[in-house]
Amino acid sequence: MALAAEDVKVGESHEALLVENLTRTQIVQYAGASGDYNPLHTDEVYATQVAGFPSVFAHGMLTMGITGRLLTDWLGDGRLTSYSARFVAQVWPGDTLTGRATIEAVHPEDDGSTVVDLAIETRNQRDELVLTGTASARLP
Amino acid sequence: MAIERFPVEEGHILLFARAIGDLNPVYTDREAAAGSEVGGIIAPPTFVMAGAQFDPEYPLRPKPGKQWFGSGATPSGMSSPAGGSAGSSSENASSDGSSSDGSSGGSAGGARGGGGGGGGLHAEQRFEYHRPLRAGDVLRASSQPGRSWEKQGRRGGTLVFAEYVTEYHDQDGELVVTATMVGVRTEKVPTQEAQ
Repeated sequence: MALAAEDVKVGESHEALLVENLTRTQIVQYAGASGDYNPLHTDEVYATQVAGFPSVFAHGMLTMGITGRLLTDWLGDGRLTSYSARFVAQVWPGDTLTGRATIEAVHPEDDGSTVVDLAIETRNQRDELVLTGTASARLP
Repeated sequence: MAIERFPVEEGHILLFARAIGDLNPVYTDREAAAGSEVGGIIAPPTFVMAGAQFDPEYPLRPKPGKQWFGSGATPSGMSSPAGGSAGSSSENASSDGSSSDGSSGGSAGGARGGGGGGGGLHAEQRFEYHRPLRAGDVLRASSQPGRSWEKQGRRGGTLVFAEYVTEYHDQDGELVVTATMVGVRTEKVPTQEAQ
């Protein structure tokens, strides 16, 4: 159930398992849906033999997309007013990602709605940060 | 980049939602979405990235009859063994500790053409939502360069960051989403072992 404005307070956080054992196939699925077919993400031969990486790796935008569910499941659908992410480290096939969003500020608005500002972190199974971000949402 | 027509379609939203592992009925189920707070199918927050599908010049999509820098008969489809600049510079910039997903930013900084799209990396992405994006919307996107700045890399080389701002307007000319991509590229390639 979506978060209600009267329930939010600064410091409160929400954590969720975002993806377990990320597959190359899901990365390819994202390539197909988004249209970004960069061989660094879709072509193990290119990624390893030409680009010198240990394997293909996820689009930053896949990690940001996966992390978005953390926000919308908690805050409610269609309520985000902004969402930003920095891609801090690469996400590899086999990674398991966990996200955490924390309420940093709560602003009551003149129209009776409430705007919340959040800080976001997504970490892998080694507890390494892969994404940091911020978001804001308007709760009716 | 300019996208003349980016139709936001239910089927495309379904594929995108599946790809990000989010089967929220508000993206995938017309009836359930109709009964929800938003009243119909909306698109996930990062969906406008899929506008690349409607950019005829988008460099990170293979095109019939055009050389592609991914593997085929050889590990890189390009005649040059370097395979365009995407591989080498991505590798260097990311091992340099700069944030990045290693994507050669197809639309970053206007990087265009050539296999790797110029070797930029996607360091950061920001969205501002003016209203939820709905199935049935028809968007038009136009982009322009934003701020740019430099930073010294941890292992040598100058990192050049550049913003690229895309505005998505709907069928009524109203602004729906503003997206800012921050690309980064290494100006001087540091000597670095492949990681």
